[in-house]
Amino acid sequence: MKRVAILGATRGMGRALARRFVERGDFVAVLGRSEDEVKRSVADLEARGVPGTRVAGVPCDLERPDTFKPALEAAEQKLDGLDTVVVTAGAFATQEQLERDPSLAAKVLTLDFSNTVLFCEEARKKLLMRGGGTLCAFSSVAGDRGRSPVVMYGAAKAGLSAYLEGLDHKHRREGLKTVCVKPGFVRTGMTEGLKAPPFAGEPDDVAEVVLDGIDAGTPVVYAPPIWRAVMTAIRAMPRFVMRRVKF
Amino acid sequence: MTDSRIEGWGRTGVVGEELMPDHLEQSPPVLFRGLGRSYGDSSLPPSAHPVVVNTTRANRMLSFDGATGVLRAEAGLSLLDLHRTLLPRGWFVPVTPGTQFVTLGGAVAADVHGKNHHVDGCFGAHVRRLKMRVADGRVIECGPDLERELFLASVGGMGLTGQILEVEFPMVRIPTPWIWQESERVGDIDEYVEKLKESAHAWPMTVGWIDCLTPGKHMGRGILMKGRWAHSHEAPSRFPSEPPNLRFPFEAPEWLLNPLSIRAFNLGFYWKHLPKKREGVTNPFSFFWPLDFVKDWNRMYGRRGFTQYQCVLPSEAGTGAARRFLEVLTRRGGASFLCVIKDCGPESPAFLSFPRPGISVALDIAIRDDTQALVDELNEHVLKEGGRIYLAKDTFTRPEHFRAMEPRLSKFLAVREKWDPERKFRSAQSVRLFGDPS
Repeated sequence: MKRVAILGATRGMGRALARRFVERGDFVAVLGRSEDEVKRSVADLEARGVPGTRVAGVPCDLERPDTFKPALEAAEQKLDGLDTVVVTAGAFATQEQLERDPSLAAKVLTLDFSNTVLFCEEARKKLLMRGGGTLCAFSSVAGDRGRSPVVMYGAAKAGLSAYLEGLDHKHRREGLKTVCVKPGFVRTGMTEGLKAPPFAGEPDDVAEVVLDGIDAGTPVVYAPPIWRAVMTAIRAMPRFVMRRVKF
Repeated sequence: MTDSRIEGWGRTGVVGEELMPDHLEQSPPVLFRGLGRSYGDSSLPPSAHPVVVNTTRANRMLSFDGATGVLRAEAGLSLLDLHRTLLPRGWFVPVTPGTQFVTLGGAVAADVHGKNHHVDGCFGAHVRRLKMRVADGRVIECGPDLERELFLASVGGMGLTGQILEVEFPMVRIPTPWIWQESERVGDIDEYVEKLKESAHAWPMTVGWIDCLTPGKHMGRGILMKGRWAHSHEAPSRFPSEPPNLRFPFEAPEWLLNPLSIRAFNLGFYWKHLPKKREGVTNPFSFFWPLDFVKDWNRMYGRRGFTQYQCVLPSEAGTGAARRFLEVLTRRGGASFLCVIKDCGPESPAFLSFPRPGISVALDIAIRDDTQALVDELNEHVLKEGGRIYLAKDTFTRPEHFRAMEPRLSKFLAVREKWDPERKFRSAQSVRLFGDPS
């Protein structure tokens, strides 16, 4: 049985993943910014969880790094321990929006890279202190190669992927497994209004794959799995082809 | 934002924008839509202002009382999701339609009914509270004893009174997750209706499928199904497994459904039930939701799609009403795949709730050039019998026909006038039937 803290569990892939955990009896702490949203998600997980599951709500805001440490401590206390930390929270904006609005760009870059790394750092310390565990963060296939529709978002995610890989190399021997999830296009509130490409996934499908990845400690999880092949092909494309295909 | 085609289950559609917010309360004041299983245009936005809000991301349970079964949940929660969680624990919805791909909000808005209508009424009869956002932006609670008018207009109100955000109702305890079913082959429509009525006394769930192509002596022969939850000594101890997930793989060409293929299907369905009577334990998935096995089965009807014609023929129409209906249908050559017949119990106090005491008939009709004329003729007949049609299925009914069928309409429209005088919440259907601005 796992004791899991999830930053971002109130919606999208985080919500779907949290449900999978409680449906098999794991304990889950819902970390989120809005008190009301956290409360509603806690209620949902309590109703869905198998008897004996414990669910707790903890305030935490990806925009405010000062909340990270207290949040993880509160989660550990409420669940009587903590062995898995997941972060699905993040921000998305189209390249066009980011180019138009530097303050939005600063926000997306900060949340998706710096603050996510800072959150993982707090999680790393906490998990290492108890002798290891699993740290799972949601990066993106957008970080696998510089591409014109996601220049900035992709750069932030590339940085995050590199950080997670480094962390995994450094600490796996000490018992801390790092799982870097790279979702392809998934239909969630974050991608609302964007045209879905082929192979677009649903949060539930992603959650299933990620749950297996967390259980097995898989360093890099593509979800849906087809994206591993898609990204292998895209990474192999020569620059002069990439320049032409426009994605 | 990208425009795309928004379709009803019968594949009638409009090009527009379907918003899918995480938070329903932040959505614009337009029509809500759930899983889009209403057949006609009731979940479609008006064509001149084609924006609709899809509620399915609002799918959280907000409280479940394991002692009483009372559940409160966000309106976008589907019966499928709900049953996956609660059926293994011995809970079932008080009323289910023929598909699990329906949201709680949709079940309320269409006031859906099921095989137990003659005993338990419609879904709305079990609802204790609705949380709604109305046209002036206020979020309010209503129920049978709170803002009763708004509640009665919203149950069966097709989403036209406001946005349903949350629904509260009690789930029902079941002895096992299995169904004890008896089915029998019945030779013609009169015998069928008689047996249906007779079974209503002894069985909490009844329904049947009839062949509506064969004229004459065997008109309306079919299979009558009766069921109840199985007791633990009858049922397997394991949990019934969900059926395999198939998908209708392509949009079928129009010639696939022709009088010959439909006749062959009807014949096969009738004679597949070789023994006169059958009984035994069956799994709830095939009993309640037989068509959910095949995703996208509406593609079978090709590009033009289909319409479902569902009407209720009231008890006052007397015996033979079902036969008279089938006579009109067969004379008109209205070829339908199976036709579903079910008896209805008392009428709900909700203003536009469809069922009333009598016989409900539902048939799927592939859309062809003469479909409007066929629906007109059926409507004129149903009017003569004092019956009415079901809005959740309708695409073709004319406003004058609907008004004539529905004496309660003025009451509904008066409540709507009070809560939404500007008609912010309107659908392609309300434009067609109630004269809303497009």
